[in-house]
Amino acid sequence: MDIFGSFALVLALVVAVYAFVAGISGIVTRRTLLTKSAQHAGMAVFALVTLAVATIEYFFFTDNFSMAYIAEHSNRALPGFYKFAALWAGQEGSLLWWSWLLSTYAFFALFVNRRKHPELMPYVGVVLAGVQTFFLTLNNFVANPFQVIAGADATGAVHIATLSEGHGLNPLLQYYEMVIHPPMLYLGYTGFTVPFAFALAALLGRYPGEKWIHITRRWTMIAWCFQSIGILLGAHWAYAVLGWGGYWGWDPVENASLLPWITGTAFLHSVMMQEKRGMMKVWNVWLVFTTFMLCILGTFLTRSGVVSSVHAFAQSSIGNWFVSFLAIVLIVCFWAYWRNRDYLRSDNQLDSLVSRESSFLFNNLVLLAACFAVLWGTLFPVLSEWVSGSKISVGPPFFNKVNVPIALFLMLLTGVGPLLAWRKTSTDALRRNFQWPVIGAFVAGAVAFAFGFRDLYALICLTLCVFVTLTIAFEFYRGARVISQRDGVNLVTAVGELTMRNTRRYGGYVVHFAMVLIFIGVAGQPFNKDVQKEMEVGQSLTIGPYTLLCQNFDVVENGNYQSQRASLEVFRNGRSEMMLYPERRFFLASQVTSTMVALQSSPLRDLYVVYAGRSPETNKPVIHAYLNPLVKWIWFGGIVLVLGTGLAMLPNRRAALVLRPAVDSTWDEGISGSGAAPIRALSHRSGGDD
Amino acid sequence: MKARGKFLVGSAIIVVTLALLAYVGFTQSKTYYHTISELSSLRSSALHQRMRVSGNVRNGTIEHVSNRVNFVLEEQGKTLKVTYIGSDPLPDTFKDGAQTLVEGRLTPDGHFVAEQVQAKCASKYEAVPNPPPGTQPGQAPSAPSTYPSKS
Repeated sequence: MDIFGSFALVLALVVAVYAFVAGISGIVTRRTLLTKSAQHAGMAVFALVTLAVATIEYFFFTDNFSMAYIAEHSNRALPGFYKFAALWAGQEGSLLWWSWLLSTYAFFALFVNRRKHPELMPYVGVVLAGVQTFFLTLNNFVANPFQVIAGADATGAVHIATLSEGHGLNPLLQYYEMVIHPPMLYLGYTGFTVPFAFALAALLGRYPGEKWIHITRRWTMIAWCFQSIGILLGAHWAYAVLGWGGYWGWDPVENASLLPWITGTAFLHSVMMQEKRGMMKVWNVWLVFTTFMLCILGTFLTRSGVVSSVHAFAQSSIGNWFVSFLAIVLIVCFWAYWRNRDYLRSDNQLDSLVSRESSFLFNNLVLLAACFAVLWGTLFPVLSEWVSGSKISVGPPFFNKVNVPIALFLMLLTGVGPLLAWRKTSTDALRRNFQWPVIGAFVAGAVAFAFGFRDLYALICLTLCVFVTLTIAFEFYRGARVISQRDGVNLVTAVGELTMRNTRRYGGYVVHFAMVLIFIGVAGQPFNKDVQKEMEVGQSLTIGPYTLLCQNFDVVENGNYQSQRASLEVFRNGRSEMMLYPERRFFLASQVTSTMVALQSSPLRDLYVVYAGRSPETNKPVIHAYLNPLVKWIWFGGIVLVLGTGLAMLPNRRAALVLRPAVDSTWDEGISGSGAAPIRALSHRSGGDD
Repeated sequence: MKARGKFLVGSAIIVVTLALLAYVGFTQSKTYYHTISELSSLRSSALHQRMRVSGNVRNGTIEHVSNRVNFVLEEQGKTLKVTYIGSDPLPDTFKDGAQTLVEGRLTPDGHFVAEQVQAKCASKYEAVPNPPPGTQPGQAPSAPSTYPSKS
């Protein structure tokens, strides 16, 4: 069976190499058949890697502990969904998982466009195959997941060994988000390969027109959406599992996932400059290239052990492979750019400082500054060791000092930018658009100040959030009012109609609103409180409006872990509100203890309780309670963000409304001769308005 | 061209501001990594810096004294006495023999006052040869030592 998986993986590499070489030959010799064959090979890689993944999963579910990877990351009592997810618990498996997601993306990118863009797709196929070749090389030769356990006896003969029980999955990974966070984040990381392939292909093939930029933008949105989900799920996981009461610690691996997200965000904004005004072409191409390279860099940081992190895999030599690959990618990108730089000449110039263009430019400038600062801070230990010989790291104060002002400035632009006109905005329009949001924001700020909001950044953040929310609300209201007056529908229907007519614009506003929600959640952070206390049964602890009374300590057991559990009754204003059960789980297979946070979450505040263990002198249990305001808004913002991105990717309805009746009527009349068909088709189309 | 000039001035202001903030944040939070053996040879000015030191916890040295935890780190024969004064509970992985990273400052008498302690469990995850309880002895005489490491 392991031979089967290994063979599928070897074959996948061979086919990927073929797709790469045949693709290039097809382009050079202009033989359509060769190009077609290369593209089919690119799609076949997907099937082969799927076989390899299925084999590994089969081993996990059959508890095959003769396989090193299974023995290291699973055990018999491990629940089924963790056995499934254990695929991405370690170096080898997660790299295979990476290859599989990449091959899935490649398959769809090639399949969806198999009859379109005959000038562009051969290049896209070659770039995708190139990236696949790299990752499949790692899968086959550097981190092979199909290693068996073998040992040599006294005579030197090698035996294959089978363990009767595996070492178990790392307890920190035994949380339900293990099943969903890595796939989402990887879908983000790998997804940025597709826009990269299209951008590089368009540049190499000097593909005429702006069509490629639309395709690139769509794929970037998909990857960006997954990356956002992945980052937020990761933050939520850290919050719920690590037990330190926070969700973001500027850990190198968190930073690594943020970097391509930042440049991806910058691209999604600056791409509009190219679509609408033919500006920033060079910039956009490099943003796409940079995003992809940052994805590779992120993978490298996680796996090479160059930076220490809670996520990092064991030290290994795999880093050299990534550095070499990054160097090759950089050289290819630069070469492609240099050769075809005249293809990217800008059509227009910046006309005014008070314009949509300039707001996009500032947006990109500060996003890139944030990206640079995060990158610099993350790599500083490595850089300082190279330059001065002493390893120096920078902590959260550095990242916060730079990024908090940037984030606030971006929030300001989120409100201002969309309301500025292209080219130049008149003073009159400025007043019309901003009068009420500015007044509303200042009123909100003053009220918050009166109620004791004294933290400067939190106060600015709240004011800006109100400002942005109002500008977005006004945008919806203005557009909807026009539709409602003209078509005689109510305002709610009109909002739905408005949104569906320009999904991209209004979906974008929804994403902006999601960012507002996330910012509000983050702004609660300066108001966090925490109390730590030794507690016995009958003793209590007070935090904010809550009193925690210790009722009982007991032990809960199942085949996978043994857990010490505290039962705490929570009182508020003397009334009993709920029970909380923080735990300390001792995992039997791995012999490691891990905490289970008890969390009572409400929109206003989270009550977050950790059973920190027993004090060794007194042997009394220690309870650490945190009161974190507004955290729930972050997760809620994440959901809105996904909805908004999904909305922005829907096609606009206007085209459907104009075209469908005509098309449907001829078609329908041919079948039934019914004259009512156009109306039916029309009402059918607009049935699901809001 | 005028707009372009204004944009460049605006950008310059933003970049300079951010650079200043970055510098302030950097000086506040920069932390040096040192090994225990390096500590004795540091110049006096370098001794006051915030630093991170790593080592293994010497067996049996962890003692809890009224909200503080004392322990001894060792690395290549050199030792360092550490007092942890932080308020966070120590990680579960912190025990005898654990590979530990402490962050804090040195006192003039060579004692290390740690505000943060991170510990890595010396467990199977790091591919340390350590036969799991269920190894079948007959089949794999020296399996642990050739146990495939995470390459």
